[in-house]
Amino acid sequence: MILLALNPLSLLRAMPGAVAQGLIWGIMALGVYITFRLLDFADLTVDGTLATGGATAVMLIRVADMEPWTALIVSFAVGMLAGMVTGLLHTALGIPGILASILTQISLYSVNLNIMGKSNQPINVDQYRLVVSSRYISGDALTKFKFYGGVILGCLILVAILYCYFGTEQGQAIRATGCNMRMAKAQGINTNFHTVLALMISNGLVGLSGGLYAQYQGAADVNMGRGAIVIGLAAVIIGEVLFGKFCAGRKMAFAFTMVSVIIGAVIYYAVIAFVLWLKMPSDDLKLFSAIVVAVFLALPYLKGKFGRKGAARS
Amino acid sequence: MSGETRQYALELKEIHKTFNPGTINEKVALDGLNLQLGEGDFVTIIGGNGAGKSTMLNAIAGVWAVDQGSIMIGGVDVTTLPEHKRARFLGRVFQDPMTGTAATMSIEENMAIAARRGRGRSLRWGVTKEERVKYRELLQTLDLGLEDRLTSKVGLLSGGQRQAVTLLMASLQKPELLLLDEHTAALDPKTAAKVLDLSDKIIADSSLTAMMVTHNMKDAITHGNRLIMMHEGKIIYDVRGEEKKSLHVSDLMAKFEEISGGEFANDRMILS
Repeated sequence: MILLALNPLSLLRAMPGAVAQGLIWGIMALGVYITFRLLDFADLTVDGTLATGGATAVMLIRVADMEPWTALIVSFAVGMLAGMVTGLLHTALGIPGILASILTQISLYSVNLNIMGKSNQPINVDQYRLVVSSRYISGDALTKFKFYGGVILGCLILVAILYCYFGTEQGQAIRATGCNMRMAKAQGINTNFHTVLALMISNGLVGLSGGLYAQYQGAADVNMGRGAIVIGLAAVIIGEVLFGKFCAGRKMAFAFTMVSVIIGAVIYYAVIAFVLWLKMPSDDLKLFSAIVVAVFLALPYLKGKFGRKGAARS
Repeated sequence: MSGETRQYALELKEIHKTFNPGTINEKVALDGLNLQLGEGDFVTIIGGNGAGKSTMLNAIAGVWAVDQGSIMIGGVDVTTLPEHKRARFLGRVFQDPMTGTAATMSIEENMAIAARRGRGRSLRWGVTKEERVKYRELLQTLDLGLEDRLTSKVGLLSGGQRQAVTLLMASLQKPELLLLDEHTAALDPKTAAKVLDLSDKIIADSSLTAMMVTHNMKDAITHGNRLIMMHEGKIIYDVRGEEKKSLHVSDLMAKFEEISGGEFANDRMILS
């Protein structure tokens, strides 16, 4: 009876927006992947950084009349600064990583309010030539094509740059730092420096994502990043669960993994659109996201604990 | 430095280190340690648990700062240098095979990282084509079939294979000093013997100065040109050359009991 009340067309109508949002947040998820998986650092700065990136972009475009494209570069740079603060709190001042990132995140809340002067600042797509906007997905075919093509191309270019970077001496030093710090030090790698560097790159991506998302939704909001880390983790985990086997052992496995993280973000937003369509109250969304992430984070552990029997049988 | 002071490969002067000072867990780990190694010395280090063997190696490597004393490697005072800066002088292999390599990275990447020990990390490619050729040849000498697995993750290798790769990595950039910290203790006897042979070969081929901590007295006697015994953070017995070669395990046991005041050597030492 309830199912009959649902309109399949409305789900279909929600999908383009979900895909667009997923692609934009996928860039943030790449940042989360770098800290969470490569650096093995639970970085909660991102919740603040996303809003900082958004606030910076909107205010620069509106007040300083900056090109929306250029504003994104500044969003990236500002995100890097936020990552640097967390990194220095951790490496130079010895504050545990997760706490250092919470301190930065909290302080960014004030910083973001100061950037915007109030908690929300709109930006009108009719007044500025925004890089992305939700308006574009309801436009004509060419606008749509340009929008999706542009965002996907942008994501792929980022993946290519990151793939190359993590193949350089510096990128390898970051990965070694995250994988085995004792080994890294024994091989002369300055693990503190590379920890800060990785946090900067990660938060730079998050800031960029925030700048894009603010343009997309037509406003920057001081709360726009709340729970971003959970969405980032969800994207990383969905990508790994669905495409992990496909990526493993392949040539350029790392590039495939990053693409699967972005796809993971798209799937996340598709699922959200789906549960909203099932009339789940939007107030419960964050609870739902947290439970999904908790379940998938627990799976490998539970498999290790209880999976022995199954392994013996097979 | 004036020409009068002889330059040692390693010189430890009056090293003191106390862990957890002022607490009930206070432990004097190194107690006025002095040691000089000549160029090309290969010294084996034995002693009971808590004698300070690994602690000495960690002090040299700079895992933490010592409380007192000075450390010179190849005539350079490294006492205040952080661990990653001392790495320039040192090749290190650890007891746990997991420690010496990065499991999620490939064999060639691990080797490339080691080949850049002591250099800055730039934006150049992490592994070059020429390096790949060189690594393949080097891995071939291990005779473990690893030369065809350059891009395999190190985490897939066995403990013995990982130690062999770590040894190779330690010698890619000739170190002033090679530190082997019970690097065969976690391996089965057959693999341990292989890794020991490889260590001998690498040390001889590049005429390295080396320190090897071991629990196995026989290994301590048959390998290297010098043997030291530690007790309570000090060196209590130091023997080299012909005298060392003619030692028997029973001599070491007697020595150990004499100096430690009749205490029996721990089980691990008796059994090995």
